[in-house]
Amino acid sequence: MRRRVVITGMGCVTPLGHDVETLWQALLQGKSGISKTEIFDASTFPSTFSAQVKNYRMPEHLAKRHEHAGRHTSFALGAAEQAWKQSGLGESKAYNPDRTGIYMGSGEGNLDFDNFTSMLIDAWKDGKLDTAQWGKLAFERLSLHREQEQEANMVVAHLAAEFGIRGPAFNVLTACAASTQAIGEATMILRRGDADVVMAGGAHSMIHPYGVTGFSRLTALSRNNDDIPGASRPFDLTRDGFVLGEGSSVLILEEFESAKKRGAKMLAEIVGYGSSADAFRITDQDPDGAGAASGMNAALADAGIGPGEVDYISAHGTGTKQNDQVETRGMIAVFGPEMKIPISSIKSMVGHLIAAAGATELVSCVLAIRDQIVPPTANRNTPDPECPLDYVPLVARKAKVETCMKNSFGFGGQNDSLIVRRVRE
Amino acid sequence: MTERRVVITGLGVVAPGGRGIGELFDALLAGQKHVKPISLFDASGFATRIGGQLDDFSARDYVPKSYRKAVKVMARDIEIAVAAADLAVRDSGIITPGLEGTPTIEPAQLGCNIGAGLICADLDELAAAVNTSTTDGKFDIRAWGNAGMQNLTPLWLLKYLPNMLACHVTIIHLAKGPSNTITCGECSGILAVGEAVRAVARGACDAEIAGGAESKLNPMGLLRQGLLNRLVTNNDAAGEAMRPFDRGHCGTVIGEGGGLLVVEDRDRAMGRNARIYAEVVGFGAGCDPDGIKYPMATPRGLINAIGAALADAKLRPDEIDLLIPQGTGVPAEDQAEAQCLKQALGERGTKVPVLPSAGMTGNLFAGAGAVNLAVGAMALQRQVIPAAINCSDVDPACGLNVPNQTTQTPLRNVLIAGYAVGGQAAAMILRRHQA
Repeated sequence: MRRRVVITGMGCVTPLGHDVETLWQALLQGKSGISKTEIFDASTFPSTFSAQVKNYRMPEHLAKRHEHAGRHTSFALGAAEQAWKQSGLGESKAYNPDRTGIYMGSGEGNLDFDNFTSMLIDAWKDGKLDTAQWGKLAFERLSLHREQEQEANMVVAHLAAEFGIRGPAFNVLTACAASTQAIGEATMILRRGDADVVMAGGAHSMIHPYGVTGFSRLTALSRNNDDIPGASRPFDLTRDGFVLGEGSSVLILEEFESAKKRGAKMLAEIVGYGSSADAFRITDQDPDGAGAASGMNAALADAGIGPGEVDYISAHGTGTKQNDQVETRGMIAVFGPEMKIPISSIKSMVGHLIAAAGATELVSCVLAIRDQIVPPTANRNTPDPECPLDYVPLVARKAKVETCMKNSFGFGGQNDSLIVRRVRE
Repeated sequence: MTERRVVITGLGVVAPGGRGIGELFDALLAGQKHVKPISLFDASGFATRIGGQLDDFSARDYVPKSYRKAVKVMARDIEIAVAAADLAVRDSGIITPGLEGTPTIEPAQLGCNIGAGLICADLDELAAAVNTSTTDGKFDIRAWGNAGMQNLTPLWLLKYLPNMLACHVTIIHLAKGPSNTITCGECSGILAVGEAVRAVARGACDAEIAGGAESKLNPMGLLRQGLLNRLVTNNDAAGEAMRPFDRGHCGTVIGEGGGLLVVEDRDRAMGRNARIYAEVVGFGAGCDPDGIKYPMATPRGLINAIGAALADAKLRPDEIDLLIPQGTGVPAEDQAEAQCLKQALGERGTKVPVLPSAGMTGNLFAGAGAVNLAVGAMALQRQVIPAAINCSDVDPACGLNVPNQTTQTPLRNVLIAGYAVGGQAAAMILRRHQA
């Protein structure tokens, strides 16, 4: 018998709320977390809006201990503390830091944008960058902490420090699939017995001028500046790109027997994980959805269940022309053209949290199981003949939900799928 | 549940001193020193102006003709990974579905897991674009939004995403199995190989291309390590500058390079009569909760990592015949690392022969662990411990046994360990393969 893995805590800091319940209620009501970008002046950018975490401040005690934490790290610390509290591990005698690990899918930290950019200008001479001059300016203008906190392993470092964790620690950065992958890989670590508890999730903020520039140049972002709350339109005929978001979600994963023994409340069980690569092109997804399907099939096989047992699919559903079509083809390949499973993309409301997207969406799956209701795909007004499935348009729906699939796909052809289920004795 | 046994059947390294493991290992045996004055860019404005750089290197020499155009959108880290993957795959004798010839593995059975660093944007390219958008000598974000950003190539972002190392490798080799990218600084490579080994062991795929690659040979690399106060600042004797565990250690030296390995199900490898360098018998990871107290080094995660790797391998410390550590050359880090190694290995810690490889190449960061794994596998294959380079007089505060003579000796188990600024640590044990 392989070891089972359950979720015993969840925490979120997102554009639709700084805790799990606020986010969940907003999702069920179809609220939008998308508004004009205020983090920097994006007024002339192709997309002038984003899904920002607003008015968030780390709790005082965290801020004190993590004064150098970058923006996304502050989200992660807040989310992790909520999850930790819910799990009850902090007060439990069973907590063993040597048998506790971290597996995050967190992104790079925010660039020291103003200083970094000013150096590119001040060291520009005769039509080229004077690197020697740049070097001199750099040591005057850039600072140790702002630079080091950009390293992609620093979220993990802060979480380890806050909770005293000493077990296996990883950060995966597979673009938009990162936190789904982190939770999947954490599950494998727990199953194998290399740890008894793993803190897993994602954190990211790319809402800064170069992040938005990068996605704009790829023409990946919605440019629907005239209808900002309606800009994220997954699976809708008129969709024109994703809406960049930021935030963090963190889950406490625990081995079933030890969670049971200490009397922990088990929120859901992670029963399946699959990962695959498109190996197709750096810019495009495999158009027939084969890559997406192979990740889903691997997760079903890992869970030992058939496609008929899935009650709800939390889609990657970014709202780009390509993703939604390819994802739909992938789902049809796995579940058949007659599939009736409700599918929704909460990116329609909360935006695309990039590395943190999958973990946040998985939280919504766990709550769908708890409350027997699935969140809607907002703004899905006009059916797209290329996307002929049931996307739960506009309004949340009561449904029997025992088993959910969460799909995530990343730039570079990364496909990851998870299956969560109500905990059975 | 029984796990499958996993072996290493292909080694590919790209590092100062060698393209291909044979060349690199011979360079180690010859005591070569490859840290030199930096010529890849003008480093004259930096206190440190030396590094372990790859001269005359381009991934163009390692990709199929049809893929050469794509080299233009590869950051140097990606180029290193692509070249190392090519070397590893060819070394393994596997014909991947992406290469010419009749494939000897199914796409879905070939995975990929590569450790990567924070890839810095090319400053010349970015500066040229940024300087189209200034008003009165200051950056004008509205001009940038309106038009300036159009000066960047549409694929600009895709040069720098850490998972683009794995992305290009999976496309070239048509590796459609499980894929992952680990970003944990200097121990990324060992963690990535460890995860790949686990995936093969549990049957998620039959083989993986796994390892790590990074280039910090750029202004941002020098800057960030400089801010951490880790770098050697004496530029006069470049070849002797990187001195892990030596009494004269005085800082680290940035390098660039990487290693990719082919790890494979043992039965499959034996079935195809592959050359087997070593079996991966143990893997462990850990972390140090003091990882946010940089710039101080925090290698204490090594204690749990090595403990877990030994337990995984069911080995006692006295069964370890060779230890390849991180050895950054920063005195406080070397000393702290040595203490952790000795704590993890007990009495064996002061006796086990130690081979710090970075003396020759400089610090390869995310590329370091996998290069060390390749060196360890080669040491097992040839039953030889190369003399350490630039460590002739061990720092008494380290108290490790670093041989300064090349020794031909029976080797059975080699331990490779690494840790990151930030506190993550990893350890892996390779065993000599006996059919």
